Amino acid sequence: MIRFDNVSKTYPKQNRPALRDVTLEIEKGEFVFLVGSSGSGKSTFLRLMLREERTDTGSVHVLGKDLNRLSNWKVPQMRRQVGTVFQDFRLLPNKTVTQNVAFALEVIGKPRATIRKTVPEVLDLVGLAGKDDRMPGELSGGEQQRVAVARAFVNRPLLLIADEPTGNLDPQTSVGIMKLLDRINRTGTTVVMATHDQQIVDQMRKRVIELEKGRLVRDQSRGVYGYQH
Amino acid sequence: MRLQFVMSEIGVGLRRNLTMTFAVIVSVALSLALAGGSWLGREQVTHMKGYWYDKVEVSIFLCNKVDVTTSKNCADGPATAQQRSAIAASLKSNPLVDKFYVEDPAEAYVHYKQQFAGQPGNDLLTPDQMEYSFRVKLKDPNKFDVITTRYSNSPGVIQVQDQRALLQNLFGLLNGMTYVALAVLAFMLTVAMLLIVNTVRVSAFSRRRETGIMRLVGASGFYIQAPFIMEAAFAGLIGGLLACGMLLTGRYFLVEGGLDLQDKIKLIQFLGWGDVIRVLPLVLVVGILMPSLAAFFTLRKYLRV
Repeated sequence: MIRFDNVSKTYPKQNRPALRDVTLEIEKGEFVFLVGSSGSGKSTFLRLMLREERTDTGSVHVLGKDLNRLSNWKVPQMRRQVGTVFQDFRLLPNKTVTQNVAFALEVIGKPRATIRKTVPEVLDLVGLAGKDDRMPGELSGGEQQRVAVARAFVNRPLLLIADEPTGNLDPQTSVGIMKLLDRINRTGTTVVMATHDQQIVDQMRKRVIELEKGRLVRDQSRGVYGYQH
Repeated sequence: MRLQFVMSEIGVGLRRNLTMTFAVIVSVALSLALAGGSWLGREQVTHMKGYWYDKVEVSIFLCNKVDVTTSKNCADGPATAQQRSAIAASLKSNPLVDKFYVEDPAEAYVHYKQQFAGQPGNDLLTPDQMEYSFRVKLKDPNKFDVITTRYSNSPGVIQVQDQRALLQNLFGLLNGMTYVALAVLAFMLTVAMLLIVNTVRVSAFSRRRETGIMRLVGASGFYIQAPFIMEAAFAGLIGGLLACGMLLTGRYFLVEGGLDLQDKIKLIQFLGWGDVIRVLPLVLVVGILMPSLAAFFTLRKYLRV
């Protein structure tokens, strides 16, 4: 599903590498927490998986494709099989809930009939049935993140990448989002989630990958958050 | 491709940048009108050249009795009938000459009167001040030098004049003017380009949230860029249409209505409607292509996958 082989990455004008010789593999259907302090390389790890960045040395395989060898015009095709959720939701403020989710399908050219059918389904799945005509500004933070998850999942991706999805939410709301991600994971979608949320990691007991100063320092199945910050 | 969706995105973009869109339309319209104008100006000059070169002749003026006192070429007295027939014979056998005719002083007087009718000083002229002249039409108008050297020193000839030389000054001036127009045009096009590039940048920046999401969910580069390019193309199309309107109005105002040069300057054959209309498709194509290409190359930098 995902394979990092001796991956190193240094950004221009930076002395310290963002990732140093990282090798790991994530299987289909896994749920993986990516932990580490700020600047440990979590974001770079996620960006490499989305081919937003390229490695300096080593290779990244996602969904069976070597991303270094993937030509630019094939990147969109790859991203259609990957859903992404962010800490800041990234919704379009001038579109309704339904339009926000539909947007993801419209811009990849899905027929309108498909959109009409799948958008309500996925809104139901994330627990937003009945709020389809609300604007993002009218929703709570947790609800907004549910819209973002719906948008990431509406095209039924094989992989869901979440970059601190609970970072802006209170603990109770975070639990709700985690339940949702867990449910999505149970449908067979691989989930990779970067987080600082100790409570969640300790509760969920999933595989934990810890990065420190760009190095892989821990890879533990059914792990815990493991360090104080 | 979901046409309706793309169209609505374009509408949103155009409305959001209304003032910038307006600026693009105006600058495209002005630069294209100027471009079309200078193009037509050059065509007008070429047109006139053809028309006039076809009519011009080399004139060999012979001495008359007035010239005897004023020109040293004529120190031997007015041209004799013998000298005239010698030149006529020579012209007849000259392979460069297409045809020629002799204009006698009486005819010259009549022509002069017609040509300068109503001008002051016209009445002072008398037929005996006019001279005999040979009006020579050359097979190749560019060979006039040969005729000049051959006949300017012949006995009885006061002057060999190529009418083209007179026109050349005028055409030189007109050509100069079209070059100025071209320079202004290049400047305007540059301004228009910069404006388009800026507009597209502002547009891309104000919609970076949308384009960011589009990238993440795997929209193709074309899908992301199309609305921006089509916005630019749309503004260009409106600008181009305005430019076409300006060109047509311009011709109407200069040649027919308003200034009515057609009536005032009979010597010039003005370009017809057909000549103007022939330029319009080109103006439209440039109007659409220029902003689209500018947008495309700007976006390559700003909307990388």
